Amino acid sequence: MSEAIVMMEGIEKSFPGVHALNQCRFNLYPGEIHALVGENGAGKSTLMKVLAGVYKKDAGSILYKGSEVEIPTPRAALHSGISMIHQELNLMPHLTVAQNIFIGREPRRTLPFILDEKEINAKTDQLFAMMHLKLDASTKVADLTVAKQQMVEIAKALSFESEVLIMDEPTAALTETETEELFRIIRHLRDQGVGVVYISHRLEELKQISDRVTVMRDGRYIDTVSTQEVEINRIISMMVGRTIYEAAPELPESPNPEVVLEVKNLNRGNQLKDINFSLKKGEILGFAGLIGAGRTEVARAIFGADPIDSGDIYVSGKKVRIKTPRDAVRHGIGYLSEDRKRYGLTLKMNVENNIVLASFEKFLGMLGWVNNTRTRQTAEHHIRALSIKTPSLQQIIRNLSGGNQQKVVIGKWLTADTDILIFDEPTRGIDVGAKSEIYRLLNDLAKQGKSIIMISSELPEILRMSHRVIVMCEGRITGELDIAEATQEAIMKYATQRSVIVRTNESNHLSSEIGAV
Amino acid sequence: MEIELAQKKSLLRTNAAQKLLAFGALIVLFIAFSLASPNFFSFSNIVGILLATAVNGLLALGVTFVIISGGIDLSVGTMMTFSAVMAGVAVTFWGLPVPLGILAALAAGGLAGMVNGLVISKMKVPPFIATLGTYYATKGLSLVISGLKPIYFNDAPTFRDIALGSVVNNVIPGFVVPNAVLILFGAAIIAGLILSKTVLGRYTFAIGSNEEATRLSGVNVDLWKTAVYTLCGVFSGLAGIVIASRINSAQPALGGGYELDAIAAAVIGGTSLSGGEGTILGTIIGAFVISTLTNGLRILSVPQEWQMVVTGAIVVLTVYMDILRRRQQ
Repeated sequence: MSEAIVMMEGIEKSFPGVHALNQCRFNLYPGEIHALVGENGAGKSTLMKVLAGVYKKDAGSILYKGSEVEIPTPRAALHSGISMIHQELNLMPHLTVAQNIFIGREPRRTLPFILDEKEINAKTDQLFAMMHLKLDASTKVADLTVAKQQMVEIAKALSFESEVLIMDEPTAALTETETEELFRIIRHLRDQGVGVVYISHRLEELKQISDRVTVMRDGRYIDTVSTQEVEINRIISMMVGRTIYEAAPELPESPNPEVVLEVKNLNRGNQLKDINFSLKKGEILGFAGLIGAGRTEVARAIFGADPIDSGDIYVSGKKVRIKTPRDAVRHGIGYLSEDRKRYGLTLKMNVENNIVLASFEKFLGMLGWVNNTRTRQTAEHHIRALSIKTPSLQQIIRNLSGGNQQKVVIGKWLTADTDILIFDEPTRGIDVGAKSEIYRLLNDLAKQGKSIIMISSELPEILRMSHRVIVMCEGRITGELDIAEATQEAIMKYATQRSVIVRTNESNHLSSEIGAV
Repeated sequence: MEIELAQKKSLLRTNAAQKLLAFGALIVLFIAFSLASPNFFSFSNIVGILLATAVNGLLALGVTFVIISGGIDLSVGTMMTFSAVMAGVAVTFWGLPVPLGILAALAAGGLAGMVNGLVISKMKVPPFIATLGTYYATKGLSLVISGLKPIYFNDAPTFRDIALGSVVNNVIPGFVVPNAVLILFGAAIIAGLILSKTVLGRYTFAIGSNEEATRLSGVNVDLWKTAVYTLCGVFSGLAGIVIASRINSAQPALGGGYELDAIAAAVIGGTSLSGGEGTILGTIIGAFVISTLTNGLRILSVPQEWQMVVTGAIVVLTVYMDILRRRQQ
């Protein structure tokens, strides 16, 4: 192999109260895809942000193309050929695709302050042509899907003639097909000699895409191994430093026939068409499908968060009218949003208040005073029962890890006495160790007789957790599978029954000019 | 197919529709007032409306930039007064020629705006607080410098002509459109070009759309934010010259309340207070909606107190219509 393009040695970085990077090292060769893995908070993103000029290192050295460099700003990194695509996509939604790609280095007309819009549109069209992507350069980014926004970010990196491309969890919000499309482009870049750093939580992807894997834990470098020669389980144990819960759900001996929720002929605009399904007591019902298939819309419609055009909902055999989330909660339905931070929690309030938030009226004494003793007892009970790791009840939610935040949301709905829980992407953004805890919790809840709808874009998660799987595509239910007959292939077949993929040519027919833009 | 759809959607979602809405409101007001009173639709009254729009319109131009960048400026009214006072100091106290007085006002406004920008970008003070600080500071400074008394421009008779003279009348006799109106339209065209064609305009949208992403793209966000507030200050300075010229004096106690009219004009014209969206044409239409309303209600002898109530209702109503329109999509 040729000489390393990036060598990082002894990198140190501290934030107030946190030693984020402790003697970290990392090296990258041109023409390799190097995966960087570790639990949340392991320091992967921080290390790469040091390389991309977002953070300044406290100590250590970075060798880039053989000579020691300082990378003071993202701009400096970009212009020396290091691009980073951040986890939260960094685009300006109000600007067009082309304006986003050329932000900060707009070609000018003869007058130095006047922009040349035609030029950037033409250049963007060229870029897309080389990526074999069909996208209009003058579309506003806000109108694109997440996957296409990702492609815009990649096009932007390409336009810098980047030699190092860092991708932080690029597939977190992508469907399987979109992921394939992304891999195709990443592999092509590798073949052009670009060094790609690939940060991911989805370990099953590593075998598919990466050449080497570096594992980090608690801000330290653990090891770098060749992907071909390592078992995924060994990577996991390096990441967590402990064995993790892997058991499949124990299916009930004889399925409890009692139906707790039934949805009949639910319609909502062109988002939901003729939705029919039922949920049994103590069942975990998986909702699979591509992003945008309408799974979240089903959940929101049942929960009363969005109005429906027609259809009936029966709870425990009785027809109910759910017009607002308040109605849903009264009928014992709780919804745990995929976006915990926006819809599930009040981030600036403490653990205790978040747990009792959905059921405050239960804790009101005379004259509307809140009975603090009882709220404290309830919160303490759930912290023990769900083993929420928090220094105190007064801890501000924002300071908890993703997994513990998710548990607080669960505690909130348990406090509200909900028997039907809808989990939307319950483990999104949660690290491997905490994921298995959430899985165990879901199983325990089902055993206690709670009924669970679990929306998930991760097929292994669906297959591992569900008793039954419903598959959606473009607002319709296209398949229902018993777990015994469910396989990834079967689910994907139903999930793509009417799929439209924006692509001009076959995947393997990429021209070789990308590097030359 | 999908792309075409996306384009159609974005067309609808842009503020073109809001502009139409504001423009529609303006037309409706014109028709209603014309029917209600024969005095409304006359040349002299239309010119009156145009003249009355000049000051608020100029302030609203600057505010539009600030709001698109995701900020807010509460100090435009008092920066305007401060600039007028500085023009008075230059022309009346020091006896400098009028062009230097104009320059003094623009510089004073630009300087105050730059202070806003630096406090916001470098000291990370939220725009609401930073510009509230400047609101008080420029208000106080105007009073201190002027010694609490109005500064009259009686020694420089040409000063009055800046706003109230009519270049148009010289070209087309009988067509007496005051210069203030020309200044407004000229400034609006320049502002529109800056916003749509220059780097400053592009970064104004980018920062308002996603500030962190703009920073990570290698744009010097602090610098461009400061530029946006400075530009807003310069427009306030221009408004200061126009208002001082109109009343032939710099009134140090004036200025409070103008900032809200300016914000209202921008918002009626479709500028989104959450940043990233807005147009100059919309803002100008918004400014005209406000002054037409005031003018028409006055002609109909509606008391001033009630004019305010109606203006308030219109501001909320137009924004509510916009929210309804967005919700439909």
